[in-house]
Amino acid sequence: MSKRIDVKDLNVYYSKFLAVEGVNINIDAKSVTAFIGPSGCGKSTFLRTLNRMHEVIPGARVEGEVLLDGDNLYGPGVDPVTVRSQIGMVFQRPNPFPTMSIRDNVLAGVKLNNTKISKGEADVLVERSLQGANLWNEVKDRLAKPGSGLSGGQQQRLCIARAIAVEPQVILMDEPCSALDPISTLAIEDLINELKDQYTVVIVTHNMQQAARVSDKTAFFNIAGTGKPGKLIEFGDTPTIFSNPTEKATEDYVSGRFG
Amino acid sequence: MTATLTPVRKRSALTKGQLPKAAPYIVLAVALILGAAILALIGFNAFGWGIVSAILFTAGLVGWSLVVEGVRKAKDKLATCLVVGAFLIALVPLFSVIWTVLVNGLPGLLDPGFLTTSMNGVTGAFDNKTVEEGAPLLGGIYHALMGTLLITVLATLISVPVGLLTAIYLVEYGEDRALARAITFFVDVMTGIPSIVAGLFAAAAFFAVVGPGTKTGAVAAVALSVLMIPVVVRSSEEMLKIVPNELREAAYALGVRKWRTILKVVLPTAISGIASGITLAIARVIGETAPILVTAGFATTINANVFSGWMASLPTFIYTQILNPTSPSNPDPSSERAWGAALVLIILVMLLNLGARLIARIFAPKTGR
Amino acid sequence: MTTTSLTKSRGAGQSGDKVFSAATLAAGCLILVVLFGVALFLVIQALPALVAPGDKIQGGEGFFTYIWPLVIGTLIASVIALVIATPIAIGVALFISHFAPRKLASGLGYVIDLLAAIPSVVYGAWGVAFLAKEISPSYNWLAGNMGWLPIFQGPASATGKTILTAGIVLAVMVLPIITSLTREIFLQTPKLHEEAALALGATRWEMIRMTVLPFGRPGIISAVMLGLGRALGETMAVALVLSSGALTASLIQTGNQTIAAEIALNFPEASGLKVNTLIAAGLVLFVITLGVNMIARGIITRHKEFSGAN
Repeated sequence: MSKRIDVKDLNVYYSKFLAVEGVNINIDAKSVTAFIGPSGCGKSTFLRTLNRMHEVIPGARVEGEVLLDGDNLYGPGVDPVTVRSQIGMVFQRPNPFPTMSIRDNVLAGVKLNNTKISKGEADVLVERSLQGANLWNEVKDRLAKPGSGLSGGQQQRLCIARAIAVEPQVILMDEPCSALDPISTLAIEDLINELKDQYTVVIVTHNMQQAARVSDKTAFFNIAGTGKPGKLIEFGDTPTIFSNPTEKATEDYVSGRFG
Repeated sequence: MTATLTPVRKRSALTKGQLPKAAPYIVLAVALILGAAILALIGFNAFGWGIVSAILFTAGLVGWSLVVEGVRKAKDKLATCLVVGAFLIALVPLFSVIWTVLVNGLPGLLDPGFLTTSMNGVTGAFDNKTVEEGAPLLGGIYHALMGTLLITVLATLISVPVGLLTAIYLVEYGEDRALARAITFFVDVMTGIPSIVAGLFAAAAFFAVVGPGTKTGAVAAVALSVLMIPVVVRSSEEMLKIVPNELREAAYALGVRKWRTILKVVLPTAISGIASGITLAIARVIGETAPILVTAGFATTINANVFSGWMASLPTFIYTQILNPTSPSNPDPSSERAWGAALVLIILVMLLNLGARLIARIFAPKTGR
Repeated sequence: MTTTSLTKSRGAGQSGDKVFSAATLAAGCLILVVLFGVALFLVIQALPALVAPGDKIQGGEGFFTYIWPLVIGTLIASVIALVIATPIAIGVALFISHFAPRKLASGLGYVIDLLAAIPSVVYGAWGVAFLAKEISPSYNWLAGNMGWLPIFQGPASATGKTILTAGIVLAVMVLPIITSLTREIFLQTPKLHEEAALALGATRWEMIRMTVLPFGRPGIISAVMLGLGRALGETMAVALVLSSGALTASLIQTGNQTIAAEIALNFPEASGLKVNTLIAAGLVLFVITLGVNMIARGIITRHKEFSGAN
């Protein structure tokens, strides 16, 4: 249960401002793809267009196609809500729902949509999702406690459990470790490695070592200057991007010469 | 033997030219004694003693500071005295009001049947008897209490849905549309409507639509709603705004629809603040007198139907009992009832205020481990 | 277009979105309608009094002659209230924001908020039963010693039920409003400015004069204006405390009347054209308070744009 994503000639606008220009990228199923690049280059913006989360921002719109196994996310009659239930997202800062227990947080995607689910099924789903997020052993004795009482790293894994409980095809991660300490980061990176057995994972990161560690393929985004649109400069196998990139800008960036 | 070097105790250069720490206390003691002495000459009373002592204290402390510390420090002391004085002056009416209501209201409240009987059939003759022959005080506030509760509940039922939905529109849907800005502006305008004008509006509207002279509990509830809605909108808006956007995004990313996100994520997160804001809004309108006076009139009997007939309420009961005593020749029984009702009203308002704080604390999202 | 996995409907959720957003929009519009209704119904019901021949209106000389002493009376009572309340309110706000120990500050703020929670009719009762009696000796003193001032001209009222007493009660009522608004403004003073002043060796009072007061000035002005709006429309305190009468310059004699109290005292028993006259008076009050509040809000918004405090 994972699908590939193909992006064709995608432009992203904020009102009239062109934020990201002409992106073409093919993301394989059951792989980890990392987006790297300097701040403001549009990689997070682009990530959000992959499950239409950019529509939450007033004035944001796209041109072009994003195909999920051949189905266009932006085709006529497509409901963004359906898109998001198939393409989940994990955010920069862990954001468990403060009013819900750990268990309810995992079930949030199911319960908030008012889907009927028996207690037995729910128990199975909670355990499976928390197992999948490597969190089960740490929280199985306090499932009824509020999720906001966990540590930052645990909260982030809870958010991942919450995302996979909806059984998505793709999981998008927007700098999921930037608010975490190194040990929690390691736990999340291990988890990403396991997740790719079942899901297509796309991760935005500022940390190039992280990109090198977790991803199969890496996309480098860059921006020519303030006010100019961000562009996809180079996309390829992670070892190639880091050791033998074709573009000068990529080499400068990964070798730490700028950015 | 090793001699430990102890620094010689001398006055530090940093504390030179300063009043000793005990200076305010010394001046205060002197001021209190002097004040008592002066007041003893012209007739002692506690209020005057406080005022005179405060003036003496300020003059003494500032003067001493001027001599020892110089002009700048003295000015600072003067400002401090004035600011503290302002605070103490502000407390005087608060305690005076509460004390007056307690002292005058307790006898009325303790009368048997005060909370359980109405003023139906209680005439001046009974009050004259109470004063002249010591007969028990008749009549109570049951009808007024009922009226206040019914009118307030109806006003709340109107205001909360309208106010809360408007706040949701402003925060979740309004973005920066012209309509949202217009609503925000006019909610501000509504906040400033004098309560009597709100009453006149409800009266005028019902006179025009239902018929001249329409005065019922429902009209009063509409008047109170005009006062209550803007309060509910503003407080709910504030509370919805502080719900982090990340929670909304988390729900959207799970494929949850906007309306379910608002109902199941945003509102539960903000509910403690919203509920406490609504409670404060109720506390604010439950004591309103003028709008009820012009919309529900006043009654001496129990009327449980908000849609027909005049209706009593606690504030209007207090007002009429003071202004038009049941027995014009012996106003004391009426005034006793008025103070009893005032005490009940203050207790209600304080309970609501306290309740608002408790709600905010109890329903706040828990973060314990 | 073929049906893809993405266009399959997922229940009736979509219509829920539409219904819910429409409901919130309707509630918002209802508020606009109500406010429009306030203006419309007041005007409709006031019109008969405005167009009626002068001899039909109370006093027999037309609506304008009837209303203007009330407007002046309203202004007198409100100005007294503000003159008393403003300095005290600013003092209290400074005390809570900059003088009181941190731990006590919020509790003290709550105590002052209690003043705002007490219903106006209770203030009125307190004013007539306690304050008026206690204060009338000092009116005699004022009449005796400062009677050369028109506002303290004797003979003083023996009951103490004068416009000055009403003004004092109003001052107590607007005090918590001005206090809580100015307190908020004072607390918003940029910490950097305050620390810069203290680092220069300023005393606490010098720091307040250099940073807090200049920063808070527009806020103080608008808080006073909002307090004025409240004082203008306050009914019960005046209706109960003031023994009303014709317009007089002396504040310690019986006399004067405010619009709100006039309406409250007469509306319950009014009928016919008298009702329209009182509603017209309410309309005048509405317009005055609206103007005052708009100016206050205007100052606040302009201040927000420039200070960058938000």
